[in-house]
Amino acid sequence: MANVKVGDPAIPFRLPGVDGREHALEDYRDREAVVVIFSCNHCPYVRAWEDRMVAIQRDYAPRGVQFLVISSNDPLQYPEDSFDRMKERAREKGYNFPYLFDETQEVARAYGAQRTPEVFVFDRQRRLRYHGAIDDNYEDPRGVRHHYLREALEAVLAGKEPQTSETPPVGCTIKWRREPASRASS
Amino acid sequence: MRVTFLYWEGCPSHEEALARLRRVLEEEGVEPSVEVVRVDTEEDARRWKFVGSPTILVEGEDVAPAPGAPYRLTCRAYVLEDGRISPLPSVDQIRAAVRRARAARETPNR
Repeated sequence: MANVKVGDPAIPFRLPGVDGREHALEDYRDREAVVVIFSCNHCPYVRAWEDRMVAIQRDYAPRGVQFLVISSNDPLQYPEDSFDRMKERAREKGYNFPYLFDETQEVARAYGAQRTPEVFVFDRQRRLRYHGAIDDNYEDPRGVRHHYLREALEAVLAGKEPQTSETPPVGCTIKWRREPASRASS
Repeated sequence: MRVTFLYWEGCPSHEEALARLRRVLEEEGVEPSVEVVRVDTEEDARRWKFVGSPTILVEGEDVAPAPGAPYRLTCRAYVLEDGRISPLPSVDQIRAAVRRARAARETPNR
């Protein structure tokens, strides 16, 4: 169960991105909606959905929607989720959103995220309006019946409540560190 | 036919994968008795040579061999026939493995 509930405010964060810049939630205060997605490289559910993530960001960017995609996985256990590999993945897949590294896992813990991918949609006031899965068919984009994320964005952009505000996130578990670690200094 | 289904609880797809496997076995006229193995620890993963959940062995052969993949508790990525990635093997991948195993059994060694 996520810590951020529908109607709750977004929790601020500042994280390094694969583009070499730091990205803070506050940097995107002019956007109509912000979508925070906990993700990673290795998870097959992410890989099944990531083209749709790129497509949805592309479709909604002109309407003021900003995706911020965060990997919180422990790269010691899953080397394919290292920051360097994140940079490669973003380049290979043409990520059109910041891909951020939550090395200390503090952001994932603050949000109470458990899975990858796991979506949090915040409205203009940065209140949570949708939490859960991208859609209802990770396996076949043509077989999707409920486009939860797109439907939530349409509602939020129209100033309405999404018809579905919560679905179970479907994906791999976030790979937590085995021991607490302090954030690297640089 | 000896069919083994290995899974890890950390991946949500195993029930759907097992149902898919049983459906294919039934369609292929194979006794749908499947040994179901829950892999819980890294030690289990090494013992079973488990490269991710779910893994399906037909007569000991992986339906989608992944040579060199590490043995560990993870969700498995299958490359489908059209190049897409899926957390589940496709019906066709399972069916092909069943048919290979059947053909191997029916073909004399000499």
